[in-house]
Amino acid sequence: MLKDITLGQYFPGNSVVHRLDPRTKLILLVVYIVALFLAVNWVSYAVMAAFLIIAIKVSTIPPKSIVRGMKPLVMILIFTAVLNLFFTAGEGEPLVDFWIFTVYADGLKRAVLMVIRILLLISGTFLLTYTTSPISLTDGLESLMNPLKAIKVPVHELSMMMCIALRFIPTLIEETDKIMAAQKARGADFESGNLMDKARALVPILVPLFISAFRRADELATAMECRCYQGGEGRTKMKLLRYNLWDFEAFGIGAVLLGLIIVLRTFGL
Amino acid sequence: MGEIINVEHLAYTYPGVDDTPGVAVFKDLNLRVDAGSFVAVLGGNGCGKSTLAKHFNSILLPCGGKVWVSGMDTSDENKLIAIRRSVGMVFQNPDNQIVANVVEEDVAFGPENLGISSAEIRRRVDHALKQVGMSKYAKHAPHLLSGGQKQRIAIAGIIAMEPKCIVLDEPTAMLDPRGRREVMETVTKLNREKGITIVLITHHMDEAAQAQRVVVMHRGEIAADGKPEEVFSQVELLHRLGLAAPESVELCYELNREGFDLPLDRLNEKECAKALFEAIQK
Repeated sequence: MLKDITLGQYFPGNSVVHRLDPRTKLILLVVYIVALFLAVNWVSYAVMAAFLIIAIKVSTIPPKSIVRGMKPLVMILIFTAVLNLFFTAGEGEPLVDFWIFTVYADGLKRAVLMVIRILLLISGTFLLTYTTSPISLTDGLESLMNPLKAIKVPVHELSMMMCIALRFIPTLIEETDKIMAAQKARGADFESGNLMDKARALVPILVPLFISAFRRADELATAMECRCYQGGEGRTKMKLLRYNLWDFEAFGIGAVLLGLIIVLRTFGL
Repeated sequence: MGEIINVEHLAYTYPGVDDTPGVAVFKDLNLRVDAGSFVAVLGGNGCGKSTLAKHFNSILLPCGGKVWVSGMDTSDENKLIAIRRSVGMVFQNPDNQIVANVVEEDVAFGPENLGISSAEIRRRVDHALKQVGMSKYAKHAPHLLSGGQKQRIAIAGIIAMEPKCIVLDEPTAMLDPRGRREVMETVTKLNREKGITIVLITHHMDEAAQAQRVVVMHRGEIAADGKPEEVFSQVELLHRLGLAAPESVELCYELNREGFDLPLDRLNEKECAKALFEAIQK
């Protein structure tokens, strides 16, 4: 049951999107999100959606997997839609006026646009994590945040932590499965009872899991020391990040997109 | 041939927690490991083998006496990196020593720490993976590999640092027979072909029998030390320490108690069978 966690899932491939420098993709994602929040009306949203669809097409990521990734967000989407639908005070005649519910045309439009915005936001992020291996993502983040070292942000340590966390997710999931099986074998019950009972049933899983995680951390620290780890100082990298021609092309496309959205915004489209 | 590790009058006590007294592991331990040799260290649980191993690359520092690695004092902080470069260490649980989630990135971890140029790291990583026979798994995720493969990746991570000596602390304890064989083959190959000194800490007598020298430890002291044939033929001593000789020696020993006169230095099945055959023919 724990096996289907899709956190940081990566689809290896060789498309242009895959080959882009992770830094390029991270910057483009930020540009994309900014553009998304600057978009005000149907035309702008259509432009954003077209951009995303082309990007997904180029990346050769199966669109199905993006849709599948959306599933856990259905509740949030419904919640957002309902909130916007009923709590937007609009001008003119309400479309529906029933009991305590009043829906205005403005509210309907806002609800739809809001849902589209969230969908575009999430699928854009998925596109990044699906086409970039966690390790190059971490490398990219470290490299982009490098200037922050000047204000004493422990950039290297943060990226090392992220890298190790990603490395140990499958290991700890496996461990959780094992502990659950062991507790079940001794008669633990995880399925029945109300929410409180279920939460309480998790304690005998979490305690051994934490203890084992600490022991692992201790051993890992020793192993890292044995391999001469002494922090980021004087460390080199096997894979150097380098911007290629297509990275600059991608930056160009990003700039055009942002410019277009700003222009459309001034016209209120 | 010079020695690579020299332990002189080593004393070590694990510090106690709060007010409890510490646990003394060694009082006066002396051991020399020759460069290029293959030494197996045997002993029951809690005899101090792992503690000893941790002294070989400054993970633990002696409370008394000295440990020298290629003439460098392990308690000299300035020599720390040089010592860890020359003595690499592989642990029991492969999961807890793999840092990255791509095989080649993990092998690169050590050399990256040493501040070597990218091209040189690339060369070392490819070379190390080739030596442990894992080249085609370079891009794999480590958690999808078998235990033996993971342990070979851990060994590759050490080889990439080009150490003179590798200390393996029960590297096969969590592996199935196939994984054990893979690891042992890799280790013996490194010793024979690359001249890397191997210190193998193990519970398995048949693994120790493959070494050039066997050191048996008991309660922080060396109980026996010599060629595998010499050490394992002292069956009574081994039994007294709660250990066993390799099965072929045990068989000969049992038969001798029934009135046979078999040699006790036959460490593998083939030689044992030959000795039995000769005994029967007489």
